[in-house]
Amino acid sequence: MNFWPYFLQHRAEILSATLAHMLLVVISMSIAIAIAVPLGMLSVHNRVLRSASLTIANIFQTIPSLALFGFLIPIPFIGGIGKRTAIVALVLYALLPILRNTFVGLTGIDHAIIESAEAMGMTKLQILFRVRLPLALSVILAGIRTATVITIGIATIAAAIGAGGLGTFIFRGVALVNDSLLLAGAIPAAFLALSADFLLSLLERRLRVN
Amino acid sequence: MNNLAPGSPAIEFRNVSYSVAPDTRAAGKNFPIISDITFSVHAGETLVLLGRSGSGKTTILKLINRLLIPGGGDVLVQGRRTTDSNPIQLRRGIGYVIQEAGLFPHFTVAENVALVPTLDNWPAAKISARVDELLHLVGLDPAEFAGRYPRQLSGGQRQRVGVARALAADPAIMLMDEPFGALDPVTRAELQREFSALAHRLKKTIVFVTHDIREALLLASRIVLLEAGKMVADAAPRDFLHLPHPEVRAFTSSISFEIPGAHS
Repeated sequence: MNFWPYFLQHRAEILSATLAHMLLVVISMSIAIAIAVPLGMLSVHNRVLRSASLTIANIFQTIPSLALFGFLIPIPFIGGIGKRTAIVALVLYALLPILRNTFVGLTGIDHAIIESAEAMGMTKLQILFRVRLPLALSVILAGIRTATVITIGIATIAAAIGAGGLGTFIFRGVALVNDSLLLAGAIPAAFLALSADFLLSLLERRLRVN
Repeated sequence: MNNLAPGSPAIEFRNVSYSVAPDTRAAGKNFPIISDITFSVHAGETLVLLGRSGSGKTTILKLINRLLIPGGGDVLVQGRRTTDSNPIQLRRGIGYVIQEAGLFPHFTVAENVALVPTLDNWPAAKISARVDELLHLVGLDPAEFAGRYPRQLSGGQRQRVGVARALAADPAIMLMDEPFGALDPVTRAELQREFSALAHRLKKTIVFVTHDIREALLLASRIVLLEAGKMVADAAPRDFLHLPHPEVRAFTSSISFEIPGAHS
């Protein structure tokens, strides 16, 4: 096995797979954030919505990822082979950590702060947007960070349903019992996950209030 | 807001009771927090609600600005039942200061003080002038403190900001829930003296909750003593000390048995 020569020889291909992988993750995460954060905000004053959304997100989380990709293929509109199906599955996985952290961040604020906000005559909506949300940002971002790292990993499996990305190398490597191919997918994926984790942790620290 | 004739009550409690269900699963019986409370607070007066922990002082305070709604009886603020008022408007007209101040950690001192004027859409220039004025009033130099965050302040300074924030929209009524309770004794005495002078000067109607009888005697124009949710005394400070009720005795004896020099 000789990894480096292989890597250098196929660097253009690996780079484009890495970019495709990142695109998959960015699109999925954007959609997941756009769903989970507002849902978490609505759940603050709605107990039914809270338990319903957390339960559903929890259920998706328990389905093995390869199985979820498989389940989605026959479903009309969102299913089929390719990127779209992969994005749907990745969004479903990313929901739970973001939703849970959004809810915990928004409701875990020192009671004295919320009480004085109410006593000053702030409306529920003003408290949500001007007090809860800014104070919850770092916790929400921690959820986004967890979800991003998970998504980068699971996105490699999306290659199984033809979504491309770094998983292509991994699946090919497994099929051909070729370590160089396997590593050409696995190393950039690990590197992506670590860098995303590091960059988001910097942002998270900056947003922390106290 | 101060358009009532002097001497007419700013706040009135008529046979007010409030209870909570101890556990939502245990059906039926509600646990009474306060029962049959009747008193009034006159404009410009500093009424101190004195009592042990759990005697219902804070509940009474929260009934005034409708953070709680009475289970029985009526609470009137400036002649109007709180249940008939818009809670948001009612609260903007009532200052509120709590222990540890409850300042917003993501707002600067200036932004904290400007909260109610900002919510009421005052023009920016008027807000910043008001913030400066209030910080001076509570003894903080705006040039030094306006841009700081609450975490960059001492406990006493935070409490001063809390008072400034409550005064921002010039409310006729101020509610204070053990505002100096978490401070060290020296800082506490300092703030009590300054606050007492400020209260006289501003002629606010103040309802002040404490379990410290010394604080009550220092600040009150009238003391209402609560025991297990019931009123057991309502008297001016000089008369209060001579009341025969056992709970009054319990409070007065807590200061009279101190040995001079032995108290740290």
